[in-house]
Amino acid sequence: MRIPKAFRNTSLVVGALISLAIIFCAVFAPFVATHGVEQMDMINRFALPTPGHILGTDNFGRDLWSRLVYGARVSLSIALISVACAAVVGTVVGLVSGYFGGWVDQLLMRITDIFLGFPPLVLALAIVAVMGPGIANISFAIIIVTWTEYARVVRATTLVLREQNYVQAARALGASPARILFREVLPNAFGPIIVLASLGLGTAIISESALSFLGFGLPPPTPTWGWTLAYGTRFIRDEPWLSIISGATIMITVLGFNLLGDGLRDILDPRQLSRSGGKSK
Amino acid sequence: MLAYVARRLLLMIPMAIGMVVITFGLLLLIPGDPAAVLLGQEASAEAIQNLRNALGLNDPWYIRLWDYFAGLLQGDMGTSIFQNRPVASIIATRLGATLELAIVSLILATVIGLTLGVIAAIRQGSWVDTATMLFAQLGVSMPVYWLGLLLMLAFAVMLGWLPAVGRGVPLPEATMAMFTGNFGPIWDSLSHLALPAIALAANSAAVISRLVRAAMLEVLREDFVRTAYAKGLRRPRVVIRHALRNALLPVLSIIGLRFGALLGGAVLTESIFAWPGLGQLTISAISQRDLPLIQGIVLTFAIIFALVNLVVDLLYAAVDPRIRLG
Repeated sequence: MRIPKAFRNTSLVVGALISLAIIFCAVFAPFVATHGVEQMDMINRFALPTPGHILGTDNFGRDLWSRLVYGARVSLSIALISVACAAVVGTVVGLVSGYFGGWVDQLLMRITDIFLGFPPLVLALAIVAVMGPGIANISFAIIIVTWTEYARVVRATTLVLREQNYVQAARALGASPARILFREVLPNAFGPIIVLASLGLGTAIISESALSFLGFGLPPPTPTWGWTLAYGTRFIRDEPWLSIISGATIMITVLGFNLLGDGLRDILDPRQLSRSGGKSK
Repeated sequence: MLAYVARRLLLMIPMAIGMVVITFGLLLLIPGDPAAVLLGQEASAEAIQNLRNALGLNDPWYIRLWDYFAGLLQGDMGTSIFQNRPVASIIATRLGATLELAIVSLILATVIGLTLGVIAAIRQGSWVDTATMLFAQLGVSMPVYWLGLLLMLAFAVMLGWLPAVGRGVPLPEATMAMFTGNFGPIWDSLSHLALPAIALAANSAAVISRLVRAAMLEVLREDFVRTAYAKGLRRPRVVIRHALRNALLPVLSIIGLRFGALLGGAVLTESIFAWPGLGQLTISAISQRDLPLIQGIVLTFAIIFALVNLVVDLLYAAVDPRIRLG
């Protein structure tokens, strides 16, 4: 029996497995977690990994595994919200810019350039600083610093697609620009958008955890990954595994989405295969 | 070339205006009365009124935007609410440390990225290639602050080889001292710089190595490379003089873009290693919600990023004539 092409791509398979495992943990957190998020076990403070606490405990004896499992909910929620919104905003800007061209394109691309001109984390920090923490505000900050990528890629794809015969034919039949963009161009631009979204999930998770690490994420007791890591640094001299395991969780998750994105790119756009230079964070 | 430089410089003007508008717009994102929010719940009505006057909040937004522009043109970024000093002078005292860290990291990332990328490409398919790309994949996925902590734990806390926090003698001064035969300052400077610079550089090195490998693999298949081999040239000469020179073009463009990530990463690295730069200042300004200072820092970061990209674009145009004509 022939193995489908997708299953022969190691990046895609490993990335999908890691991503699915993390998503499973987040969705079924109450069943996957072995303890409550705030459940203390003062006798077993700073416990090393044991069968009772598979990743050990912190200074209050709280189970690290359970905190990370519930933390996955927070990180993934923010990542999914921000990636979905950034993809929608960026795609609409890219479609309009690429299809209409002229001054509309110039204006939209100059605005995109202006947003791209800010170092992402600095702008995200400033936005969260003035708006205050909260899932909506953190997601908004991540959207503001990431939508530009979708806009540029979708614009480039639209520039190619609008010259295709089937788009010309739709135009000749009198289809409205909205119909052409959303029924003819968009379905064919989905490949690059899905690749960007997958890589974007990794970026969003790193950004959210960075904000939490600096103390500008969701306030405690929410068990965000970044805050769990930052909290662990208080005891890093004697109990370093708290920070090491929290950081490794973030890295493995981001690695999963990055591998998935790379694999999808190989499959959806073979031309990119030899040119893929990686994803900037 | 001159026309290209002029065009590129002119394009900076609307870009700079847009950046100022966005930076100014941060104030508008504050929910409720900005003065009350910035000063916190315990602030007296008088203090809130004073801050409203200082921020010009009693004027309409377009008057304030105009005032902000007018101030910036005279080098005035406003006054810090909590330090009561001009924002521009506070930033000026911190800028050097951040630039030192970011530039050293960029050089480190470029050298490591180029070396690994070239080795992986000429040994495509071997274990060296696999190991290098695994390193790159991990480097791209690793949070910069976590790597910083691990490095600090290993080399400062456990091994005790390098200082954990702080900045030594500023690198330019230490370099000058080295030329007069005094090697103490340069050791002090580099030993403090090593851990934060490596932590900051790793992510960019990974991205650059992936790009160099991809670009090299493409170039190594070109006809001119085959011709070079056919002429009887040796492999190192073909790889470095023929292939790498052409593969460097896409790398040059990504280096400018990486600088933005490095500046953002500097905020995290500086907070871990207590590096006294703009990043650390950003954290304290944000903790205190010192809006004029936050706006000044964001704008400064954006201007540095824009200038670096301008220099990279000009270099690119100087190297590749197709850009100037396009």
